Amino acid sequence: MSGLETYTLLREIADSWGLLAMTLLWIGFAVWAFRPGAKKHHEDAANMIFKDGHDGE
Amino acid sequence: MEALTTRAGTWFGLLILAIMAAALAHDSLFAIHMTIVAIATGIGLWWTLYGSSVDVAGNWLRPANDQSKYDDDPVRWGVIATLFWGMAGFAAGLFIALQLAFPELNFEPYLNFGRVRPLHTSAVIFAFGGNALIATSFYVVQRTCRARLAFPGLARFVFWGYQLFIVLAATGYLLGVTQSREYAEPEWYVDLWLTIVWVAYLAVFVGTIVKRKEPHIYVANWFYLAFILTIAMLHIVNNLAVPVSFLGSRSYSLFSGVQDALTQWWYGHNAVGFFLTAGFLAMMYYFVPKQAERPVYSYRLSIIHFWSLIFLYIWAGPHHLHYTALPDWAQTLGMVFSVMLWMPSWGGMINGLMTLNGAWDKIRTDPIIRMMVWALAFYGMSTFEGPLLSIKAVNSMSHYTDWTIGHVHSGALGWNGMITFAALYYLAPRLWGRERLYSLRMVNWHFWLATLGIVFYAASMWVAGMMQGYMWREYGADGYLVNSFAETVSAMWPMYVARAFGGLLYLAGAVIMVVNIWQTIAGKIREEAPLTTAKYNPDADRPAVAEPAE
Repeated sequence: MSGLETYTLLREIADSWGLLAMTLLWIGFAVWAFRPGAKKHHEDAANMIFKDGHDGE
Repeated sequence: MEALTTRAGTWFGLLILAIMAAALAHDSLFAIHMTIVAIATGIGLWWTLYGSSVDVAGNWLRPANDQSKYDDDPVRWGVIATLFWGMAGFAAGLFIALQLAFPELNFEPYLNFGRVRPLHTSAVIFAFGGNALIATSFYVVQRTCRARLAFPGLARFVFWGYQLFIVLAATGYLLGVTQSREYAEPEWYVDLWLTIVWVAYLAVFVGTIVKRKEPHIYVANWFYLAFILTIAMLHIVNNLAVPVSFLGSRSYSLFSGVQDALTQWWYGHNAVGFFLTAGFLAMMYYFVPKQAERPVYSYRLSIIHFWSLIFLYIWAGPHHLHYTALPDWAQTLGMVFSVMLWMPSWGGMINGLMTLNGAWDKIRTDPIIRMMVWALAFYGMSTFEGPLLSIKAVNSMSHYTDWTIGHVHSGALGWNGMITFAALYYLAPRLWGRERLYSLRMVNWHFWLATLGIVFYAASMWVAGMMQGYMWREYGADGYLVNSFAETVSAMWPMYVARAFGGLLYLAGAVIMVVNIWQTIAGKIREEAPLTTAKYNPDADRPAVAEPAE
């Protein structure tokens, strides 16, 4: 494949399926963080850093 | 005995190799660098023979590895290294700022602007920032995984190997070893060395996460991991080069033309995105909640912040190449993704600031919190200014002017500097087992000197940059350019002096920090009035008694 053909192919993948896949993946990650059952899990995660009162010594 | 012999033998073998490389070098600069490597391996050999402990039979004893305690030695060294390289980097910055205002300060050839400028950028980004990132990541990953650092020997190698990288890079710049790639000036052999150190860093970090006692991996570690992985990828691709000789300091890039330019700025912008943003956000997501003693405002928002940065940042690099030979669509792509980045950046800033929700008084009473809030404010300001500058219409005026320099420094001094100072103030008493910092009032002084310094710096560069940009494009009625380049330079002189003054203030604040942390390590506590006390009047503190009439 010549350099220009590679470039054209990659460019077409990038602005069609590639872009779509990245967008869907991002939406997936975002929606997953806001799933209804996760509230407690996130609260625990946020408070986890206060578990060791005196730096674990 | 065998283990010790093997270790000493390895060091000795490396020493011989380095001496041979220095002797057979094709150019004197490579010989100097191999001599530095030989000295480093010599120190390693000496330490193995005299510094490490052996039992009566001469068997080498591994360092104590008590799993019930955190391994903080590399963190302590990292804090000291951060302070040391910070002073070097800030002083170099002040020096080159003065060189721009007073060109007589260009001492040829070793201390001219062209050589000291990469020394300054690398010292503050990689030596000051890098040591802060490595030290805090080792501290945070242990606390959030509640597990002792994995591979203690490798962690020590990461620290000392990284210092060797800094010494080779810094001496190289002054001597004239450079491959002239922005923020990636070290030559091929130094790049290879950094790759080895970085893979070891990744192994220590991931190893600690693997042996964690907490089921969930705290979000700060996500940011640290993204920083380590992405920097590895960027570093390797950007430095693909062919050395002229394996015993010489010169190499040529694998790419050429616009591909090379785009590779450089794909690296350059993501170095900002993943080194100066993701890595320092990791510090923010741990130290701000810890110092404020309340959890991050929204853990979900921090996850959205993370994924948005990861997905968007990597495409923003082309905005450094507007109106060049880069294809137009790529320029537009870089601009669009830069503008989109504004949202997650501000989401992250709001998340950090709102962590103080319900405890806003701490900004008044706790100078470390004030520094953190100021860092977040500058994170917000510079991530607003960045997308603005990436818009092609704005960029046509601002590019190549000092506005860019002002933008970079409001981010670097305001965001990276302030959050690092705050983290160092948080760490120092804890790492050395002190009751508190030597002086909180000195933190206050540091805060105000640094703030005033940034104001002088950013304001003067805004004025200088816009003036420069508008003077360059000014046309007269006859269709000719009105100003020559030299006229713009002389018009900016007062702003250059103001900028250097700002740098002096910033450096002065950092000196106060070094004294403060030095005394904290020494175990002293300064006798000083507390920063805030509620008013108390003992004379009025009594019941009201009816006075008899006279």
